Amino acid sequence: MNRLRLTKTIIFLAALIPLERLAWKAFHDALGANPIEVITHSTGDWTLILVLTTLSITPLRRITRQYWLIGVRRMIGLFAFFYGTLHFLTYIWLDKFFDVHEMMKDIAKRRFITVGFSAFVLMIPLALTSTSWSIRRLGGKRWQRLHRLIYLTGILAVIHYTWLVKADLRKPIEYGVVLGILLLYRVAVWASEKRKPQAIPAQAQNPL
Amino acid sequence: MLVGKPAGIPSSEITPKSVYLNRRRFLAGAALAGAAAVTGVAFRDLADLVNPSLTAQANAKIDGLQKSPFSTTEKETPYKDVTNYNNFYEFSTDKYEPADLAKNFKTRPWTVTIDGDVKKKQVLDVDAIMKMAAPEERIYRHRCVEGWSIVVPWVGFSLSELIKHVDPLPKAKYVEFTTLYDPKQMPGQRTSVLKWPYVEGLRMDEAMHPLALLCFGMYGEVLPNQDGAPLRIVLPWKYGFKSAKSIVRIRFTGDQPLNSWQQYAPNEYGFYSNVNPNVDHPRWSQATERRLGEFLKRPTLMFNGYDQVASLYSGMDLKKNF
Repeated sequence: MNRLRLTKTIIFLAALIPLERLAWKAFHDALGANPIEVITHSTGDWTLILVLTTLSITPLRRITRQYWLIGVRRMIGLFAFFYGTLHFLTYIWLDKFFDVHEMMKDIAKRRFITVGFSAFVLMIPLALTSTSWSIRRLGGKRWQRLHRLIYLTGILAVIHYTWLVKADLRKPIEYGVVLGILLLYRVAVWASEKRKPQAIPAQAQNPL
Repeated sequence: MLVGKPAGIPSSEITPKSVYLNRRRFLAGAALAGAAAVTGVAFRDLADLVNPSLTAQANAKIDGLQKSPFSTTEKETPYKDVTNYNNFYEFSTDKYEPADLAKNFKTRPWTVTIDGDVKKKQVLDVDAIMKMAAPEERIYRHRCVEGWSIVVPWVGFSLSELIKHVDPLPKAKYVEFTTLYDPKQMPGQRTSVLKWPYVEGLRMDEAMHPLALLCFGMYGEVLPNQDGAPLRIVLPWKYGFKSAKSIVRIRFTGDQPLNSWQQYAPNEYGFYSNVNPNVDHPRWSQATERRLGEFLKRPTLMFNGYDQVASLYSGMDLKKNF
């Protein structure tokens, strides 16, 4: 239990570093020539990194058999939502300056905005139902099904990144490969578990 | 600012750039040490703040600059921004990196090959080119296709001076500019982001327009490496990528050149690429731009506000010929 609390504290502090770094740079006039671009890119990067991190908890705990790691997933997920919100706020506030008309046009016309916006919106129900109360209320199965939306968020976020870069696709591809591995792991688990139920009747035939 | 210096300040009282840059580095270093001590956290990128690349090497001054009637009176973008925020894919696709990656770039000896449909095919030394006409300071707006803009006091003279000097044949309808290909010096060329070498082109009448600048300096000094040294063109009414940097070849031709960005994505980047708020990039709007240093975006002007070029395109559908 102490191990979990310590890990959570470390993750909490670590997850704030990107924000602190931005604040520090902003305060010291060190965000470079185009600060809003830096803030947009940094918050976007960290949203995606944290989404991929939450997706890696399940494989990690199964492979290492450190099952207690599930206890840190909610916090990482909420931090992903936190940076996603900052990223979105940067767009509506710093980039569009609350010009609703311009934003509606963007969301309808610009593919990369459309998918990025969708990726963000899909995180909202997950953040809202992140409490233990919600899990009890929804029931584990339904809650889990709902939270599989994060797969879609991850996919849309990678597409968002791919579509917005001018020419250099290396970084979006890196993220895409990591996401691909994490999703393939789930497909593999799902496939192997599908085979298991067939094994049960075979066992049941044996007299106890 | 180099032009219009207030008469009341004697030049002896102006802090030399090297001094204030050093002071900034010192302050940044002190702030860094303080912050590191307080937080005890080693941020990976903090080192960037005291990296000399964020300051600038002192380049040689260019004397005898004439003022130009083409200059804008708008506020110049700080030198620090123009030299640390560069779209120069030959070095890196990260705009913050060319400043450092180009610091040892060799700009001498440097020659420019003049060939194609031209009477006087030749290889010109860059120093000879720079002496072809009197250097002018031209303060131009510069609009990047990505949606940001700067105001830069370039140094050079009209490209037409060079073109007249080499005397193109009547069948030359276009001019093609080629950037140096040297992956040893230009690490970005070791990746295949674009097809190297970088090629740009202009219609002959565009190239002959007095606004088209053959440029070898800025802010009263020799052009910094990361800004396209030793020789580039500047076309203020077109998106920045049209203004080819570190030019080694100028070829005259009857056929429209295939410029690198058009080659990369013909639906996104055209041959003309005139600044046009009414024609969006397929993936983003071109209606507004962020002037570096300003918080709110400002409306983008047709031809970036250089209406005098409009006659070059009369009768053309600029939505089609984007």
